Amino acid sequence: MTTYYTEDHEWIRVEDGIGTVGITKYATDQLGDVVYVDVPEDGTFAKGDDVAVVESTKAASDVYAPVSGDLVERNNALVAEDEGGEGKPETVNEDPTGAGWFCKIKLSDTGELDGLMDEAAYKEFCEGL
Amino acid sequence: MADTEPQALKRTPLYDLHVDLGARIVPFAGYEMPVQFEGVKAEHLWTRTHAGLFDVSHMGPCFLFLKEGLGEAGAHEKISAALERLVPSDIAALKPGQGRLTVLLNQEGGILDDLIVTRMPGEGLDGMLYIVVNGAVKQEDWALFEQELSDVAMLQRADDRILVALQGPDAEAVIAPHFLEAADLKFMRCAYIQKDGEKYMVSRCGYTGEDGFELLLPNNEAGIGLVKMLLADERVKPIGLGARDSLRLEAGLCLYGHDMDTTRDPVEADLSWVIQKSRRARADFSGAERIMSALENGPAEKRVGIQPLQSAPAREGTEIHLNGERVGVITSGGVGPSVERPIAMGYVRADLAEAGTSLDLMVRGKARPAEVATLPFIQPNYKR
Repeated sequence: MTTYYTEDHEWIRVEDGIGTVGITKYATDQLGDVVYVDVPEDGTFAKGDDVAVVESTKAASDVYAPVSGDLVERNNALVAEDEGGEGKPETVNEDPTGAGWFCKIKLSDTGELDGLMDEAAYKEFCEGL
Repeated sequence: MADTEPQALKRTPLYDLHVDLGARIVPFAGYEMPVQFEGVKAEHLWTRTHAGLFDVSHMGPCFLFLKEGLGEAGAHEKISAALERLVPSDIAALKPGQGRLTVLLNQEGGILDDLIVTRMPGEGLDGMLYIVVNGAVKQEDWALFEQELSDVAMLQRADDRILVALQGPDAEAVIAPHFLEAADLKFMRCAYIQKDGEKYMVSRCGYTGEDGFELLLPNNEAGIGLVKMLLADERVKPIGLGARDSLRLEAGLCLYGHDMDTTRDPVEADLSWVIQKSRRARADFSGAERIMSALENGPAEKRVGIQPLQSAPAREGTEIHLNGERVGVITSGGVGPSVERPIAMGYVRADLAEAGTSLDLMVRGKARPAEVATLPFIQPNYKR
């Protein structure tokens, strides 16, 4: 199980062809308090498509699909109660790389992972920002 | 990356203090300003329950005073007559130490800025007004004052000093030991205090919906020392621009450049209350034709509060629809930490401006139900 990172501060943890997607602590530190998360229940996404929206107190930001594939599960904990979720978007701040995951994508091309950074490369990338 | 060469950013006298306090700094109105310290939500809630200290030194405090005859009989009327060429409010009616919100108008009646104008209190200061304009447009405002009023008035900029706001239910108790006079002030009244050879302006006002004060302090050890003393009080925390924005939105207050600009007149901005009866009777202000017509016949659009009925916040620029037709636009929106729900304000067609009117907000291409809401979203706590 390996975690990969994008330059837009998404992470994807891949196991058995399914990637769990979220945003990094660097991203949540920049965003501040997350107050609303919009993730679809399903859909097919190309690498780089908007797959979710995360809103902080001040602004709305897109979350991009790090890889292409079918969205097979969303994290209902983050989703508003009137949209079928549990209404706990603050989970993204509390545990961005764990319980604050956004969705799971069944990869259509595992080769796309080669274009992403590993943890060491991402750490170096952030230090250069 | 910005596509234009960035202008050199300025720093307020409190910049080093912000950095020491762990602020995240962002460019704002030409300055490097703290957007947050511990976090927007926590800072917002602290201000509503205790007291928050805001650095607003990027704004444009200034003094406008008569070239001749300062302190003489009729001096206030003279300086008021000059400023009233540019604003539609009754400045002459201000009592010593009284302030009021007004707007700077262009020839078409569009809003160039909103500002607080205060008649200086105390002996010998009649003929001098204390004015605070917005940071983003202060140079333009001051150029206009100098261009239009230089026959009778002089302008003294005071944006090299420290301007801070202390806001929240504990503000009075916190400030009282430092300025005894402050506790007795009512909302929109100010005191001019001379202490240890330094001059301080203390005004009971702010932009959060809470009771509180704005303090114009000298840019020296005395001024910075006072800010540090206020922050040393356990009831006070430093607050960034992020929470300032969510606090003022809950309080239903306009942000210049967003909720009003040169395309909007005061009537459609729902600020017709800044035009007192005496000025309406004279109809002698810039853009009077358009504004008097809007007062009599109603404006085409009107600024209103908007309550989204679902969880999705509606941000600035979100279109407002009714039956698939565009009827307005959101100018400020987010989630109110105190009301714990999304809130917004914007402009709608005037026939749809009544509270309770159902509308749709087009959030990311999807119509979301909303209704027109009465402003403010919170009960203000001003000391009347």
